[in-house]
Amino acid sequence: MKSDSKLLSAPYTVWMTVFIVLPMLLVGYFAFTDKSGSFTMENILSVGQYSNVFLRSIWLGAVATAVSLGLGYPLAYIISKVNVRRQNIMVMLVMLPMWMNFLLRTYAWMTLLEDNGLINSALAAVGLPRVHMINTAGAVVLGMVYNYIPYMILPLYSVLTKIDRSVIEAAQDLGANSREVFWKVVVPMSMPGVISGVTMVFVPAVSTFIISKMLGGGGNLLIGDLIDMQFLGSAYNPNLGSAVSLVLMVIILICMGIMNQFDDGEAVDGGGMLI
Amino acid sequence: MKKAGAHIYTFLIFLFLYAPILVLIVFSFNDTETGSRAVWGGFSLRWYKKLFEDRLILEALRNTLLIAVVSAAVSTALGTMAAIGINSMKRLPRRIMMNITNFPMVNPEIVTGVSLMLLFVSAVKLFGGRSLGMGSLFAAHITFCLPYVILSVLPKLRQMDPNLYEAAQDLGCTPVKAFFKVVLPEIMPGIVTGLIMAFTLSIDDFVISYFTSGTTQTLPIYIYSMTRKRISPEINALSTVLFAVVMVLLIIINIRSFKDRGQSQREETYI
Repeated sequence: MKSDSKLLSAPYTVWMTVFIVLPMLLVGYFAFTDKSGSFTMENILSVGQYSNVFLRSIWLGAVATAVSLGLGYPLAYIISKVNVRRQNIMVMLVMLPMWMNFLLRTYAWMTLLEDNGLINSALAAVGLPRVHMINTAGAVVLGMVYNYIPYMILPLYSVLTKIDRSVIEAAQDLGANSREVFWKVVVPMSMPGVISGVTMVFVPAVSTFIISKMLGGGGNLLIGDLIDMQFLGSAYNPNLGSAVSLVLMVIILICMGIMNQFDDGEAVDGGGMLI
Repeated sequence: MKKAGAHIYTFLIFLFLYAPILVLIVFSFNDTETGSRAVWGGFSLRWYKKLFEDRLILEALRNTLLIAVVSAAVSTALGTMAAIGINSMKRLPRRIMMNITNFPMVNPEIVTGVSLMLLFVSAVKLFGGRSLGMGSLFAAHITFCLPYVILSVLPKLRQMDPNLYEAAQDLGCTPVKAFFKVVLPEIMPGIVTGLIMAFTLSIDDFVISYFTSGTTQTLPIYIYSMTRKRISPEINALSTVLFAVVMVLLIIINIRSFKDRGQSQREETYI
């Protein structure tokens, strides 16, 4: 297209400079200053006190991402195999729960998981012992998987439907059985979808602060809760909050950098990511 | 055998996705004084009645819809323009633009929210003006919707044969006409996807709104303030209404697209 169409992105460039680049610089500024505005390393150094919070967040986020991938991939694959009309219906069914606010979806799980909730009532009704589920790390992971699994399924599905049938037929003609076709052709070709799915689940999961609050009780404090407390909570301290945010960003970027090593570089300027 | 397995698996995943929603809907009809969430007290529409009398919820709903419509429209227009611009760039500037675009998606929502809060609070401190509210919510929502629009439109632009645009011009179209007659129809599915995504994300957003809303109420923020006390089944009733509206909209869209294909409408009773 013509070179002057480049100008079309000018408003966007200005917008992103003001609302993405500038705010990030502000986070950096707050993280390295104290209340009076003079330079200090104190905020960054005191983040170390919360290493257990960071480790817990990363661990629970990673588990939730793995479970979402494990559950979501087969479904995305099944959807990509049915005829187009059913594909549309099933994709719609995957997206539909996203229309219900995630606070409500999480709240609904509270109803199910509580000690006197529906699942335990059902267990008791058939004579099984009650299980303590709410306010556990498992409940937090469940809440993460439930809320974010559509973000895993949709990119996987869109990559899987784009795979050229003739490539699969070629593999079959060359003697591959269905298992080999799946693992040697379909899975490698769906890697861009896997990577964006993993990103879209891991990032919100690791930084959530509502799910842990509602399903994890007080004992499962995550990074998000820590940040929330510094900005809108009792422990008001935007400088420390900015420092925690900065460390969280660095951790995420490192994780994404590692993830990107598994990609063949094709997705870098398409659905890919930073670095 | 294999097919049955796939069916069972699909059923189980959808059960997992829909069971909690079903519970919410069922309990919106629950007749209890306390609004208990585990004891069934009989069928009642009292929470629906209360819902339509609750001025605060309705105001929050109005704000949410207004923000979603405006930010979806603005981000779709801005994002589509940006995607066309980015697509025509050379490799290096395109990479830079894509990195900036990907950044808010890779960056944790809470950090985006906190950073925007710092921006708005600092702006108010420096230049005066009104504190956080609808204005900051519009700006924040457009910002987090934009990358999703761009990433839905760009693949369509890339799939498109660039010769089509040139052919249209060779056949006498002006560049503007060629754009509207050739390029736009080609990338339309991407634009619509982007628009729907932006709208959905905006309605559903809690985290970024939470940090940038000041005292303005949106529905998710209102719900959050209720979870800290006790959720009234009014909210269940509201989600049921919203859910029903979405279902009806989707059914209508489906029937329409089905009609367009010139097929019988009679079979299309389910979505």
